[in-house]
Amino acid sequence: MRLTTRLLAATALTLALGTAASAKTLVYCSEGSPEGFDPALYTAGTTFDASSKTIYNRLVEFELGTTNIKPGLAESWEVSDDGLEYTFNLRPDAQFHTTDFFTPSRPLTADDVVFSFDRQNNAENPYNEYVTGAAWEYWNSMSMPDILKSIEKVDDQTVKFTLNEPYAPFLANLAMDFASIASKEYADQLAEAGNEAQLNQQPIGTGPFQFVAYQPDAVIRYRAHPDYWNGKEAIDDLVFAITTDASVRQQRLLANECQVMPYPNPADIESLKGNENLTVMEQEGLNVGYLAYNTQIAPFDNAQVRKALNMAINKQAIIDVVFQGSGEIAKNPIPPTMWSYREETEDDAYDPEAAQQMLEEAGVTDLSMEVWAMPVQRPYNPNARRMAELIQADFSKIGVDVEIVSYEWGEYLERSKAEDREGAVLLGWTGDNGDPDNFLAVLLGCDAVGNANRAQWCNEEFDAKVTEAKRLDTQEERAALYKEAQAIFKEEAPWATIAHSVTFMPMQKNVTGYVQDPLGGHWFTGVDIAE
Amino acid sequence: MLRFILSRIGVLVPTFVGVAIVAFAFIRLLPGDPIILMSGERGISEERYAQLQAMLGYDRPLPVQFWDYLTGLLQGDFGNSIVTNRPVLEEFMTLFPATIELSLVAITLAVLIGIPAGILAAIKRGSWFDQVTMGAALTGYSMPIFWWGLLLIIFFSGYLQWTPVSGRMSLMFYFDQPTGFMLIDSLLSGQEGAFKSAVSHLILPGVVLATIPLAVIARQTRSAMLEVLGEDYVRTARAKGLSAFRVVSVHALRNALIPVVTTIGLQIGVLMAGAILTETIFSWPGIGKWMVDSVYRRDYPVVQGGLILIALVVMIVNLIVDVLYGLINPRVRTR
Repeated sequence: MRLTTRLLAATALTLALGTAASAKTLVYCSEGSPEGFDPALYTAGTTFDASSKTIYNRLVEFELGTTNIKPGLAESWEVSDDGLEYTFNLRPDAQFHTTDFFTPSRPLTADDVVFSFDRQNNAENPYNEYVTGAAWEYWNSMSMPDILKSIEKVDDQTVKFTLNEPYAPFLANLAMDFASIASKEYADQLAEAGNEAQLNQQPIGTGPFQFVAYQPDAVIRYRAHPDYWNGKEAIDDLVFAITTDASVRQQRLLANECQVMPYPNPADIESLKGNENLTVMEQEGLNVGYLAYNTQIAPFDNAQVRKALNMAINKQAIIDVVFQGSGEIAKNPIPPTMWSYREETEDDAYDPEAAQQMLEEAGVTDLSMEVWAMPVQRPYNPNARRMAELIQADFSKIGVDVEIVSYEWGEYLERSKAEDREGAVLLGWTGDNGDPDNFLAVLLGCDAVGNANRAQWCNEEFDAKVTEAKRLDTQEERAALYKEAQAIFKEEAPWATIAHSVTFMPMQKNVTGYVQDPLGGHWFTGVDIAE
Repeated sequence: MLRFILSRIGVLVPTFVGVAIVAFAFIRLLPGDPIILMSGERGISEERYAQLQAMLGYDRPLPVQFWDYLTGLLQGDFGNSIVTNRPVLEEFMTLFPATIELSLVAITLAVLIGIPAGILAAIKRGSWFDQVTMGAALTGYSMPIFWWGLLLIIFFSGYLQWTPVSGRMSLMFYFDQPTGFMLIDSLLSGQEGAFKSAVSHLILPGVVLATIPLAVIARQTRSAMLEVLGEDYVRTARAKGLSAFRVVSVHALRNALIPVVTTIGLQIGVLMAGAILTETIFSWPGIGKWMVDSVYRRDYPVVQGGLILIALVVMIVNLIVDVLYGLINPRVRTR
C-alpha cells in the first residue's frame, strides 16, 4: 500500500519535473527531523517548520517579519463588546491539497475548523488519542481549555468562539502552530479505513506547499500547492535536506547542495558574510536570557541589592565571549522585535565601584551566593556555564562570592521553581505567540510565583497593569500598559536582563523574498530563486 | 557442529534477558523526566503531569512496568516512541538498513586494506613500509572520528569538490526504496546516475567509519603473522623449497587468520559505536543518530528498544563469528 503510494508519488514528481523543464527547486538544509506532521501534537520549531509553516494555514496568521496578526483562513472577524465572542468569517476559496493519497471534494468549511480544535479539547473526539501519548502540549500549556468555553459552527463559512473571560492574547494564540487547520474530510476518510495515524504521516492542509514524501532523518519533499488561495508559490519544489551538524550544513551551502541554511556556528558568521556568493540575514530572536534573583529571600528581597548586582555585570563581555557576537544586550524583559517594547528604558550602567557602594549602603557585606548554570544550550544562552563564570568574576570584583551550581535539565527546571530556592538562576524564554502577555504575565505575574516566575516576584502594581492589559482589545491601549509595566520592572530589578540572541540566516545570493520570522520559524512563502 | 551452534545459542538467551534489564534500568537511572523535558521552560501543572504520567503508564510501580515491557518484547512489541508516537520497531527498521550498508562498506574496506597491509608489514618487518603502515595505523586508531570526518569533508567536498558533502543520495534523484539499501535501490530504480551517486555518497563516511577497524585489523594481522612466521612448520615449509608466496598465503596465513577473525567480529561493536558519530557528521539517516537524540529526550521506549535491537544484532554477528571460528579452527568445536 505504502509502496504503491510512494511509487505513484515518484511518478507524479517525475512527470511534473519532466513537463515543466524549468521547475524551480529550493533546497533548505534543515537542522533536524520533524517529530511528525501534525503540528498540534508537538512543540519543537523543527517540526513546525516542516508542517505548520509549509502545509497548513491558521484562521489568523502573523504578518511575516513581525508579531502582528493578519487575516489567514478567516477573511475577517468580529469581537463582541464584552470581549467574550469571536466570530470568524472563512475564505470561501481555500482549497485543500489534492495528492495521490487524498482528493478533497470541497473547499475549507467551518467543519474543518471545529474539528481541528475539538480533537485537542474533547476526549470523545475519535482523534483525541489517535496516536499513543497524544498530549496536545501547546493547547494545554497555552491554557486553551481554561480560556475557551465553546466553539460553534454558525454556518459553513462562519465559526464562533466563546471565551470564559475576556482575553486579548487569544487572537495571537490562534496564529500559533497548534491552531493549524486540518481537513475533517480527510480525517474522516482515514478513520473509516482505520488508519488514523496517517494524519500525522501524510498530512493534508490548505497551505502553500503540499506534502510529497518523507524519508526519515534524510529528506522531506514538498510541491507548491497549485490552487493555493493566495496564489501559487514561485518555487515549484521545496526540499528539506536534514543536516544536523552546523559545519556540515555550511559545507553543503557552500557547495550549493542547498540554498538556505539555519543556525550557522557563531564562529563562522564572519567568513560567511565575507563570501561573495552568499547573503547573511540577521534579526534579534524573540527571546530573553536572564538571571533571576529569589526576591523572597534576604538580601535579594531588597531592590537596591538587586540593582547593585545588576550594575556589576559586564554584559558586553558576555555578548562577546558567550554569544561570540550573535547576541545583543537586553535592557527590557521583552525582546525589541515585540510590539510594546519600551525603547526609552535606560539600562543599568556597568559600574563596579558604584555597585559596591550601593551594596554597602544597603548594609550588605561579605555576601556569598549561588548562581545556577543551565546544563543545556539555548538560543538565549548558548553556554550558561561560561556565562556563570563571567558573572562570578564580575561579582568577585564587588566582594560578592559566587558558587556555581548546576543540575540535569529536568531537575534544574523543577528545583528552580521552589519559592525557598537559594541563589540566582540563569534561565530564559522564547516567545510562543508574539504577545507581550506571553512574557510579562507568564514569567513575572503573581500567579506564576512558585512556577515559571523564577524570581518569585509578585509586585501588585506590575501585576495589575499586566492583568488589565489582557482584557483590553486595542493594541495601542495594551502597549501603553505594558510599557508602564516594563518601567516598574526596571525599577524593581527582579532579574538581571542579559541578552537577546541574534539569529543569522545565510543563503545563496540568488534567493529572493526570504523574510526572517521573529518568532523563530522558517517560511518559504514568497521566496523565489533568481535565474 | 550443530551441537556447538546450539550451545552458543543457549548462551544468547540469558544474555538477552540481561540486556533487557540493563536497557530498562539504564535510561531510568539517568536523572531527568521525559515529561518535564518535553514541556521545557514552559513548565507543566501538577494535574497535567499526573495525567500524562498515567497516559504513558509511568505512574505504575517499576516492576509492573518492566513485566509489561518484557511480555511486550516477547510478542515483538517494542512500544511507541513518546516523541514521535510511532512504533519503535518500525522506526528501527526504516533506519537500520542505512547503518548496515555503511557498516558493511566500512568493514569491507577495513578487511580488504587491513589484512594485506598487515601481511606485507609482517613480511617486510622493520622496513620503511612496515614503519609507515604501523605509524599510520596508530594515527588512525587515535583519530577523533568527528574531527577526521569534518577534515575529510572540508578537503574533499569543500576544497576539491570531488565528493558530496553529506547524505545518502543526490537530491536530484527520487525513487522508491524497497530494500532500504541505497546501492541496491539505486540500481533497481533504473535512473541513470543514481548508483554512481549512491557510491560517491558512501566514500567519505565509509572511510571515516573504516578508519579505526582498519587500524586494529592491520596491527592484529601483522602481529599474528609475525608469530606464525617464526613457527617451526613454516621453517620446514621454506626448507622444502616452497615458494615464499605459497608459504605465506597457504601455510602461514591460515593460522594467522584465527585471531584476526575474532578481531573482525569484535569490531562490529566498535562499528556500532563509530556509526553514531559518523552518521551525525554525514547526516546519514541510520540508527546511531536516532539513539543519541532519544537519550537526550529521555525517550524511554526508543532507548530501551534500540539498545535491545542493537544488542541482538551484535549477538547474532558474534554468533556467526563463533561459528566461522569453529570452521577455521576445529579445536574450538571439540573443546
